[in-house]
Amino acid sequence: MQWDVIFGNGARAAIGPDAAIYALLAISLNVQYGYAGLLNLGVVGFMLVGAYGLAIIVATAGLSMWIGIPVGLLAAGVLALLMGLPTLRLRADYFAITTIAVAEILRLVTRSRSLEGLTGGPFGLQQVADAFYSINPFPDREYGFGVVQFSEQRMWVMTVTWALALLLTGLVALLASSPWGRALRAVREDEDAARSLGKNAVAFKMQALVVGGMIGGLAGVMFAIRSTSANAESFRSDVTFFAYTILILGGAATKLGPLVGTIIFWFTLSTIESFLRQANREGWLPGFLEGSESIGAFTLVLVGLALALLIVFRPQGIFGNRNEIRLQT
Amino acid sequence: MPRRRRISALLLLAGAMALWPAAAYAGDDGGGTDNGENGENGENGEEEPAPTTTLPMGVAAITGTMPPSGVDPIEGVEFTVETADGQEIGSAETDVDGVWSVVVPGPGAYRVEIDPETLPDGVDLTDPDRTEAQVTVFEGRPARVLFAVGDIGGDRPTFLERLAQNTANGVKFGLIIAMAAVGLSLIFGTTGLINFAHGELVTFGAVVAWFLNARGPQWQLFLAGFVAVMITGLLGATLERGVFRPLRARQVGLFQMFVITIGLALLMRHAILIWYGGLRHSYADYQGQTRWDLGPVSITPRDLTIVCGSIIVLVAIATMLQRTRIGKAMRAVSDNPELSEASGIDVQRVVLVVWVMGAGLAALGGILLGAVVAVDWQMGSRLLLLMFAAVILGGLGTAYGAMVGGLIVGLVTEISTIWVSPSLKIVFALAALVLALLVRPQGILGRKERIG
Repeated sequence: MQWDVIFGNGARAAIGPDAAIYALLAISLNVQYGYAGLLNLGVVGFMLVGAYGLAIIVATAGLSMWIGIPVGLLAAGVLALLMGLPTLRLRADYFAITTIAVAEILRLVTRSRSLEGLTGGPFGLQQVADAFYSINPFPDREYGFGVVQFSEQRMWVMTVTWALALLLTGLVALLASSPWGRALRAVREDEDAARSLGKNAVAFKMQALVVGGMIGGLAGVMFAIRSTSANAESFRSDVTFFAYTILILGGAATKLGPLVGTIIFWFTLSTIESFLRQANREGWLPGFLEGSESIGAFTLVLVGLALALLIVFRPQGIFGNRNEIRLQT
Repeated sequence: MPRRRRISALLLLAGAMALWPAAAYAGDDGGGTDNGENGENGENGEEEPAPTTTLPMGVAAITGTMPPSGVDPIEGVEFTVETADGQEIGSAETDVDGVWSVVVPGPGAYRVEIDPETLPDGVDLTDPDRTEAQVTVFEGRPARVLFAVGDIGGDRPTFLERLAQNTANGVKFGLIIAMAAVGLSLIFGTTGLINFAHGELVTFGAVVAWFLNARGPQWQLFLAGFVAVMITGLLGATLERGVFRPLRARQVGLFQMFVITIGLALLMRHAILIWYGGLRHSYADYQGQTRWDLGPVSITPRDLTIVCGSIIVLVAIATMLQRTRIGKAMRAVSDNPELSEASGIDVQRVVLVVWVMGAGLAALGGILLGAVVAVDWQMGSRLLLLMFAAVILGGLGTAYGAMVGGLIVGLVTEISTIWVSPSLKIVFALAALVLALLVRPQGILGRKERIG
């Protein structure tokens, strides 16, 4: 049993580019769900629109990536507007179902063969981020310590994505403590009371949806850059549920919750998975868990269990304030 | 107000269309550069562990569509890829789009074999002797291998014939959705809980029946199905007694319970994946039947039995709700739990019966779906949004609403395939769900109250 490899894999996942992308997604959810109380189950849809916005501009239209990135962000914002206009007046559970349905519609439409000329259909779009890697300042070698190593390209994506995550954490913290953030929380806690004080509840929720949606779009843009491609199959609802687990773990409606949640979530998940893989090689695992498919599935069983147990026993997460996030029924 | 809602719905549609500008097709460049270590720890957490048609970057692959035209895709056809010297690389099945792909270790010569047994009834290879093809894979570009099916120049069915056939398929599919969705609606009606794990009850029933029918004791499907429905009913009771009743006693909010069911769904789905595996299987009975021609519609005896059986089950449920004591109690609790409790109805017991019945019906729906298509670990979660669509279209909380909604969803999805690709048929059902929420959130049979 090589413990350094096991914990090294955990550490690499916790600080790697994928974790940084999930941190962006969790920040997006923190605005929508944490501060505004909107149970958006279609957050992966914003990611999809961001990623495909970039990919279509670069791979299909042949334009520059620097046009593609704002287009991706803008598309996510427009999606938030279109989604919010009719649904924000609905009850929370209806809103949740509508958002997950919209995300599924987007995934099925982008991967459909009828749009192969635009989105690449089931094959997706490739080579969407050459411009990003061509300005990589890291010289060509491995970076890291011990077993945690990153190639120079990974290093570049990681640095940019974490920098964006930190920047947005700061901006969202400023927003949350501004009068706008206070009004938003008031709307979340008691919409009628906020309205009776002259606050336009729907407008506040819409603003939160658009701001959060654009951050989700940024997560999608970075995902497309990270994988240098866009493929609709990457944007399944499971991504949304991961992001919720991360946010609730770290503490919804807290400043650092998304970052802390991301690091703990990915470290734990990858350490467990790496441990199981080693145990599998040593022949320690019971028969039903053997094979890589079962190990991957088992870690997802743990995610599901963690999500359910957290909500029951510690809905405020690790650092959250229990009084802050009293969810509406 | 309704007028404004309708206008915003139109806006939504128009906007969605505007999101996809017509742009020039720059061509498929195939794979790009691999820019990272693909660590064995599987750091792409969002990737499904099961085989998908996703092409990992920088890896050579062989892919194809069935049929080659891409029109009316065929799902579940199996292809095996070997190296030129006969070493097996891997195999894949076509997905809903009729697309399959196998990742190969690198450029070179490969042999692709189609398994003609996996073609659906009535579809044969144009050249039945050509089940193998040679292909050379080049760097960074998926190689395509196609096998022609069908007679050259056969009769195309007329529009009316297709309409009749798709309507029949829609009724069949709709009845299955309706059956699975009744429980979802009744559980919401009696406890206010939106059960995201309901799809997993569907899968569980189908998988247990498959185990009893094709693996373990190898019982006949009727017996295996009956026992699977009972076991799933028991699982429903366990969930209610072990999870949801204690949570209600703890005064956990409905909103939180909703998130808990999401966790439960993830947990159950992947536990099923561990047990059942990522492959699709069929039941041992009632496969490969010849179709009967009933006027313009052709249907296998199995599917006809499913349609008739589903109608009988749904009528039985309706009768139970109308005539029996427990059925009336269910409707009363759905209507107003506090008032029912005050008038002496044992609400906890009614909720327990609803869970048992709902889980059992979900299992039955799963078994019928498994018999019509195939059993796999995601069948229920794929059905979940269609069940939501059915329940919301018909009116949340009423059993009859779920039945009507299920039929509508089934018909809309199947009839839409006359005009659009079958991979988009679910989009129509989901779009119907979104539109229904905007125009009439209380559903067709729901009462008008403030739910907006």
